[in-house]
Amino acid sequence: MNVPLPNADHLVGIVFLIMIGLTITGGVIACNANRLVRAVAGLVVCFVGVAGLYYFLNSPFIAMMQMLIYVGAVAVTISFAIMFAAPEESKKHGPPGTLAGPFGLITAGLLFGGFTLLALKTDWQVHAKINDGSVETMGKLLLTEYAMVFELISIVLLTAIIGALIIARRGRSS
Amino acid sequence: MEILSLYNNLNTFLIIGALLFSMGVYGLVTRRTLIGMLIAAELILAGASINFMAFNRFTAPDPQVGQIFTLFIMAIAAAEAAIGLSIVVAIYRNYKSIDAEDLVELKG
Repeated sequence: MNVPLPNADHLVGIVFLIMIGLTITGGVIACNANRLVRAVAGLVVCFVGVAGLYYFLNSPFIAMMQMLIYVGAVAVTISFAIMFAAPEESKKHGPPGTLAGPFGLITAGLLFGGFTLLALKTDWQVHAKINDGSVETMGKLLLTEYAMVFELISIVLLTAIIGALIIARRGRSS
Repeated sequence: MEILSLYNNLNTFLIIGALLFSMGVYGLVTRRTLIGMLIAAELILAGASINFMAFNRFTAPDPQVGQIFTLFIMAIAAAEAAIGLSIVVAIYRNYKSIDAEDLVELKG
């Protein structure tokens, strides 16, 4: 068997495998690390991998938004909250909950197995594309067909920001 | 060289999404602190988004709808993180703890 020389296709496949590795490694760190700061670092790694996966799904715009919103904003917000409110992690007192340990693992394993079976057994129907997935078309759709949803999400975000400020301020002894 | 053309396959992305989702559920039920639970919830949302984007790329007739939906999921996740973290800060100020097991004042 002659091994073909590496070409551009192989390179793309290797980059994809690296992205999968980043996603899974980051996810495992994010839900297993003892210290919360390490969990946030794992979350960032996981989100960078997910952004790479979005790029492979023909959506560079969503990949960019993933980097901006999740890696740039959400992870930083969580880090701030940890610095504010997590003095010492892992003061393990009392028995762990009933779902922690093997039961949690079994739950997650059952979910994963079920979803995987569902994905593999179903005969997904492929439809012909009716437009390209370009950013230009998406911008037009956001301002015409989905304009109402766009405005509503803006109001939700505004309400969330104001509500977060009010909740975080209340009870401050001043 | 089958493994190098995985990126052109719908099932790959569905399995990655399922894996992220179940890791998020695992973290959600095992974490003791509220911030850890919030991190796990972000993992769940990422898994759902990957599913939407995969179907959007491979099967859906209109390849815009999934992208727009994922964009809205991101906005909702940002709002959820902001509100959740401000609630965590408020809880920490009142209880001096963010351990989920300490919030049992209504238990009697």
